Amino acid sequence: MVSQARKSELLFSGSDWDFAKLSRVYDEIEAIGKEELRLDIYPVQMEVISSEQMLDAYSSVGMPLMYRHWSFGKRFLYDELLYRKGARGLAYELVINSNPCIVYLMEENTMALQALVTAHAALGHNHFFKNNHLFRQWTDAGGILSYLDFAKSYIARCEERHGLAPVEAMLDSAHALMEQGVFRYHRPPKLSSEQQREGLRERLEYEERSFNDLWRTLPPSQGKNKPEAEDESLAERKKSLNLPEENLLYFLEKNSLVLQPWQREIVRIVRVIAQYFYPQRQTQVMNEGCATFVHYTLMNMLFDRGRISEGAMLEILRNHSNVVFQPAFDDPRFSGINPYALGLDMMQDIQRISTEPTAEDRDWFPDIAGRGDWRETLLDAWANHRDESFIRQYLSPALIRKWRLFVLADGADEPHFEVASIHNERGYSKIRSALAQSYDVGARRPDIQVVDVDLLGNRHLRLQHNVKDGILLEEESRDATLRHIRSLWGYDVSLAAVDAETGAVLSERSTKEI
Amino acid sequence: MPIFIDRRLNPKDKSLGNRQRFLKRAHEELKRTIRDKIRTSGIAEIDREHAVPMPRKGTSEPTFSDAKDSGHRQHILPGNRTFSPGDLIPKPGGGGAGSSAPGNTESEDDFRFVLSREEVLDLFFEDLELPDLVKLNLKQILSFKPRRAGFAATGSPTNINVGRTMRNSHGRRIALKRPKQEELDAIARQLSELESKPSNAATRERIAVLREELERLERRRKRIAYVDPVDIRFSRFDPQPLPNANAVMFCLMDVSGSMGEREKDLAKRFFVLLHLFLTRRYERTEIVFIRHTHEAKEVDEHTFFYHTQSGGTVVSTALEEMQRIIEQRYPAAEWNIYAAQASDGDNFATDSERCIELLDRRLMRLCQYFAYVEIIDERESHIFGSTENGTSLWRAYSAVDGKWPNFQMRRIAAPADIYPVFRELFARQPALRKSA
Repeated sequence: MVSQARKSELLFSGSDWDFAKLSRVYDEIEAIGKEELRLDIYPVQMEVISSEQMLDAYSSVGMPLMYRHWSFGKRFLYDELLYRKGARGLAYELVINSNPCIVYLMEENTMALQALVTAHAALGHNHFFKNNHLFRQWTDAGGILSYLDFAKSYIARCEERHGLAPVEAMLDSAHALMEQGVFRYHRPPKLSSEQQREGLRERLEYEERSFNDLWRTLPPSQGKNKPEAEDESLAERKKSLNLPEENLLYFLEKNSLVLQPWQREIVRIVRVIAQYFYPQRQTQVMNEGCATFVHYTLMNMLFDRGRISEGAMLEILRNHSNVVFQPAFDDPRFSGINPYALGLDMMQDIQRISTEPTAEDRDWFPDIAGRGDWRETLLDAWANHRDESFIRQYLSPALIRKWRLFVLADGADEPHFEVASIHNERGYSKIRSALAQSYDVGARRPDIQVVDVDLLGNRHLRLQHNVKDGILLEEESRDATLRHIRSLWGYDVSLAAVDAETGAVLSERSTKEI
Repeated sequence: MPIFIDRRLNPKDKSLGNRQRFLKRAHEELKRTIRDKIRTSGIAEIDREHAVPMPRKGTSEPTFSDAKDSGHRQHILPGNRTFSPGDLIPKPGGGGAGSSAPGNTESEDDFRFVLSREEVLDLFFEDLELPDLVKLNLKQILSFKPRRAGFAATGSPTNINVGRTMRNSHGRRIALKRPKQEELDAIARQLSELESKPSNAATRERIAVLREELERLERRRKRIAYVDPVDIRFSRFDPQPLPNANAVMFCLMDVSGSMGEREKDLAKRFFVLLHLFLTRRYERTEIVFIRHTHEAKEVDEHTFFYHTQSGGTVVSTALEEMQRIIEQRYPAAEWNIYAAQASDGDNFATDSERCIELLDRRLMRLCQYFAYVEIIDERESHIFGSTENGTSLWRAYSAVDGKWPNFQMRRIAAPADIYPVFRELFARQPALRKSA
């Protein structure tokens, strides 16, 4: 009877959308999200785009403004091809971590899908962007769009002034080092306004002009031939250059002797963008999990309140289950762990542990089991974790069993994989830690640092790759990347592979040999 | 309340610039692919869209990445049903490469994208060191004939269509009720009758009414013109391209043992160019392939270029075959006949005489154009480049060359020679162009 009475309060009917409906649905979803899930979001800007425009946005790493580069064109052609062949659908939505939070809606979506997207992106992702500590600390949602605008026009100006080819070469080289262009351990300065940026750049240029190691005219100290003195000067040199430095782009930008000011600025732009995306890469499971959890919960709440029709709910559920589908490892459709599925399952698991814990859950999660307030627990997790720590903290034995997770040990020189752990008493913590480890971006990427450079001698730049678990670099791409570094640095570069545990030098490759 | 922005009308193709940059970058790779395609696919196939596989390697973006075949790593996978700790699973592909581990499959497939006809041709011509393609296009002279195409409201006075204009004016006059001359005449007649009668009050009044009526009608006639500018219609003429004639192209090739892969490839490129040229100028073009050793045969394209049958050389057989086919299927009155002959020039002296005779007596009268391309060794090119000396066939054809303006002969040694030679062959005689 109640549901009968509420039929008239449906937010929308039929599959066509219009702006009035979108706005009505948004208001309802926002209200319920704030009230029931205590979400805290940036203001939202919804933009309706067509599928071609979605492809465009896709290929420029999802940003509405991006400088021009051939790799985005390649990306576009590749995406378009898959899309045309039907091998891949387009995302229903795209959301940008900015303030206001920009959400793209595709015009082809039905109204039910638009509602789903609104809950997913405008509420879920938005809340995550605003509250997660990584995003709070490392990205500047308010400044990114104006920064990208600056970057785009700056690079266009460079192309006008210096020609396409040199700008492209600079971008190619900088892109090659994007992975090594982030600060992992200390927070980068906040993106400044245009004016401040200009001032900063001028100051840096002035510093460069007025102090440069090359122009030092003091005679070398007398005790130079003594080994201790050499050690001392080496230590001093490293200290003055802040070595070792993990952010290669930063090091090159600040210290390269051959870069022109505009080239330095391009390196800086690439570095800032790499840094901006760094938190996204560390929080894929959490971010998608949060958005998926939010849309699933909110849509169900709306349905329970009789605001969405059964037909619309069915459509929503069908899309939802497509998104969180996780095939087993031996399924032909398997292509790794689906972050949407893992994130959602873990968050629903937290909900379950908070409200109906088993004895096992009480052992494993004494802090949250049975506490009842799953909202608070989730809000806390969303705010304070990244994938690695989230999994390490919250992956429960129950979920490991449900997913039937197991660990394969893979030694490159062995003919077999070995099953190391499975979902049993002895395996839980091992699986949990292995899975957490696999989401640790810092540990997954090759650890390469600038260790030394001889500015007074031949200016040879020395890099060190700390080899973990014997995993070396792929040689062809390593050489190509070294060539890029050489072109940024202007002098020879060498890369030593050093075993992280024993300190033994495994190999050394210099651009002289390439 | 969020802000809604409808961006659907924003310009699409924001990434066009990026795509062009990518194409530019991939250029070398594409050129190679197109060249291979031209070598292996049919002549008529060149002039259309192509899907081109683009190896990702050609435009890779290197980064430091892990070598798959080193070190120890762990894979965490869902869906275990049967395994226990310690179980060994053979690696797919017989071990070694860890890259094939499940969940680690990042496919680095080549991807294909479609090049438009223009892009294909640009790449094709580029390989031929084309100075500028525009000129080739400009030469396709299409003559136009004005054709009646309805009426227009504007135009030049010479094109006024009287019939249609008058019909419009008539309609307008009816619609606006323009008084007819007869009505005026009738009133004038009545007036004169009344005036001729003795006047009394009634007739005076009647006269006044009639005069007023007459005046009104005359005013109305002045206001509503007989022919108004809005009635005028002009005949409209559309430039109609003249119906194009048909063209047939005879490809004659010597396939005696001395014609190797290189020679055939050069010949093929020449034929491709000729075919492109003809398809742009004529609505319908056909190709006839004739290969000859000591005997000639009409064959399909594949056989023409790839069949390895070989034997002695009797060039005149090909010309005879060509003549036979013309008589059978391509009456010279209906077809523009082009012929291109590629050979290395070896022939018997007596047969060369026969060739001259055939060309002189029959073929040159039938052909729009006959081009002879002698394919020579690159080492010979600087020897024979300028002299009139040469092979038996070359010397024989030189005689024909002097006599017939629509006969041309050139020597080529490398792909880059083809286009300049082609231009020379086809740019010389504007008179021929017009007759097409």
